[in-house]
Amino acid sequence: MRDVPTDAPAPDWSRVQLHVVTGKGGTGKSTVAAALALALASTGKNVLLCEVEGRQGIARMFDVDPLPYEERQIAKGLPAGAGTPTASGAPRGAAGTVYALHIDAESALLDYLAMYYRLGRAGRALDRFGVIEFATTIAPGVRDVLLTGKVFEAAKPGRRGKGARQYDAVVLDAPPTGRITQFLNVSDELAGLAKVGPVKAQADTMMTLFRSERTAVHFVTVLEEMPVQETADGIADLRRTQLPVGGVVVNLTRPDELDGDDLAEVTAGASEASGIAADLAAAGVDGTEEERAALAEHLLSEGRDHAERKALEDAQRRLVAQYDVPTYELPRLAGGVDLGGLYELAAHLRRQGMA
Amino acid sequence: MSVSSTTPAGPGSSSSMRRARHRVGALATEPVAAPHLDLDALISDPGTGIVVCCGSGGVGKTTTAAALAMRAAEQGRKVVVLTIDPARRLAQSMGIEELDNTPRPVVGIDTAAGGRLDAMMLDMKSTFDEVVESQASPEKARAILENPFYIALSSSFAGTQEYMAMEKLGQIHRQAAVDGTYDLIVVDTPPSRSALDFLDAPERLSSFLDGRFIKLLLAPAKGPAKIMGMGFGIITSALTKVLGAQVLTDLQTFVAAFDTVFGGFRQRAQQTYSLLQAEQTAFLVVAAPERDALREAAYFVERLADDRMPLAGLVVNRAHPRPDVDLSAEEALAATRRLEREESAGRDLYDPELTRGLLRLHADQVRITERETGLRARFAATHPEVATAVVPALSTDVHDLDGLRRVGALLTAPPAPRED
Repeated sequence: MRDVPTDAPAPDWSRVQLHVVTGKGGTGKSTVAAALALALASTGKNVLLCEVEGRQGIARMFDVDPLPYEERQIAKGLPAGAGTPTASGAPRGAAGTVYALHIDAESALLDYLAMYYRLGRAGRALDRFGVIEFATTIAPGVRDVLLTGKVFEAAKPGRRGKGARQYDAVVLDAPPTGRITQFLNVSDELAGLAKVGPVKAQADTMMTLFRSERTAVHFVTVLEEMPVQETADGIADLRRTQLPVGGVVVNLTRPDELDGDDLAEVTAGASEASGIAADLAAAGVDGTEEERAALAEHLLSEGRDHAERKALEDAQRRLVAQYDVPTYELPRLAGGVDLGGLYELAAHLRRQGMA
Repeated sequence: MSVSSTTPAGPGSSSSMRRARHRVGALATEPVAAPHLDLDALISDPGTGIVVCCGSGGVGKTTTAAALAMRAAEQGRKVVVLTIDPARRLAQSMGIEELDNTPRPVVGIDTAAGGRLDAMMLDMKSTFDEVVESQASPEKARAILENPFYIALSSSFAGTQEYMAMEKLGQIHRQAAVDGTYDLIVVDTPPSRSALDFLDAPERLSSFLDGRFIKLLLAPAKGPAKIMGMGFGIITSALTKVLGAQVLTDLQTFVAAFDTVFGGFRQRAQQTYSLLQAEQTAFLVVAAPERDALREAAYFVERLADDRMPLAGLVVNRAHPRPDVDLSAEEALAATRRLEREESAGRDLYDPELTRGLLRLHADQVRITERETGLRARFAATHPEVATAVVPALSTDVHDLDGLRRVGALLTAPPAPRED
């Protein structure tokens, strides 16, 4: 990876309790949320990973059965590396656990009615009359309040209820960048409709957590023009609404297989294909000399293509640097992201001090 | 702006290499191949009147729609492209950064073949407003437009955007049938949570409008409704508890006012639905060669079939080109290790560090291509009838007409020659 300390003294967000992860579609926001949860668990924390968009992405990533509306244990963090002190001060080797929760608005509403209004029977009656569906699909803002409300309930200290687990951190795989401010800005969203009343009061309490330093909204981007632009817009939006901007995770970066000199050389066409072909022969690549010459030409053209894309990435990277927030980088894994890949990405985040 | 292309090695040498070497590893067994999707044939067919591009977010739907529309226009068709959320610079280059909900001519198109291109960016709220205004008396329309529930519904109801995209399509299509302004309409669909939202939206909106709860809310306004009895009491008190009394009143006012335009909505939704099923319509499912995007694409393909909607094929954007030489990832990595040994043994080499870097890059490239090929093959195995066009990844975003032209050429390029 790039110039990052291999063993950061303290994670950047150790005081944050609620990590909200957003990003443009296709940037790997869910993957990053999962990797962040694993990274936090590896520091000894018990972490709840929430999804709110009904995609069951967590279950797929962790290779478990579809998640119900219920907190389920899905993975253990990696124990802290032997011989290195743990950042959180947790006993060496003690990994935390990742729990997962799939939040859907309908269940959240019934849960909410039961929890705050003791509306067990009436809640079911509401369901029968289609009110639940109504409230969660149309009543604007209500849906978001319900979804964020459940996350809030899980994240707050001293949660009540039977067997309620205390989490050291909650990671929310949130809606995409374009909707994130609206999603979190629940009290404003409701303002037009419910100026007073319990829902409004609830939304205001939630805003207190969301606006505090116990919350961080992280953006996931790739080094392409549109996602980088959207990230800039998203950060500006959050700042305008006084929501706390966390870090930017630059995902899917190209490998650094060639150093700066080699990139320049390849781009300038200064490398002789015949020289590369000779090296290939020395490396025992079989075939005729002609074939190796063709292979060398091909490798150089791949190199030029790579250099060109690296240059474009660097231009976007410079823009990201201007946001003035901590940034982290995750490499593109050639084989795609499976469970092992998630742990690999989590290790990258830890090394760079995100957890 | 430049388009990714790996310069092929000299044709003679690379083909001789193919003959001399045997494939090893995952590429040895060529996976199921999908039939090729010929998009030029699709857009030049006068029988194609509507092209709908759908798929999950971040796969290049908007660019695909705009590029196809432009290509069709330059081939002589009278085209309008309806986009939802184009990148700012692309919108500027097409002259549609203003949200006025009317198609505007795109300047800079080659009109030699007699075609033209108009473009518009959908403003879902104005589209919704227009529908209300066309369905209700002026006073009633005003009452609806000012209600806070309507304002929220028209700008943030999940599915409104999808529904309005279809509504606008219906409007433009009806207009075009009358005055012949366009003979091809290309539609981009909203960046939904799920591609299916697009098809579900009309049903969701009308089932909402038909719902029991709405009837219940309407009941008091329409006179005594004994049937509701107890149930209604519980519900109103529960809602009042949670939302506050004012909200309920606003809601009732809204529902009562909106009641009159419900019928019109349902009828229009039905018309648009039939239009989508018509023979002149072609759905293009757009995806990236990633697991999630292709899974969405598979759902969508199945859903289109269930709804008897005409699927033209699958467009896989952002694909990595298959390396033009036969050197597997394993061979390349083994070569880097041997090169290292040779170097430390003091052998005179040209630039071992560069050569190793290039070999590692190649290995990375091959692995990505293999994974993508595998994913596409899985899709093809389960949906063998779906014609597919594979488009190489571009190194930059497209933000001008030349860029769109290039994408159009890539979309319609003949399939890469098979290697065996």
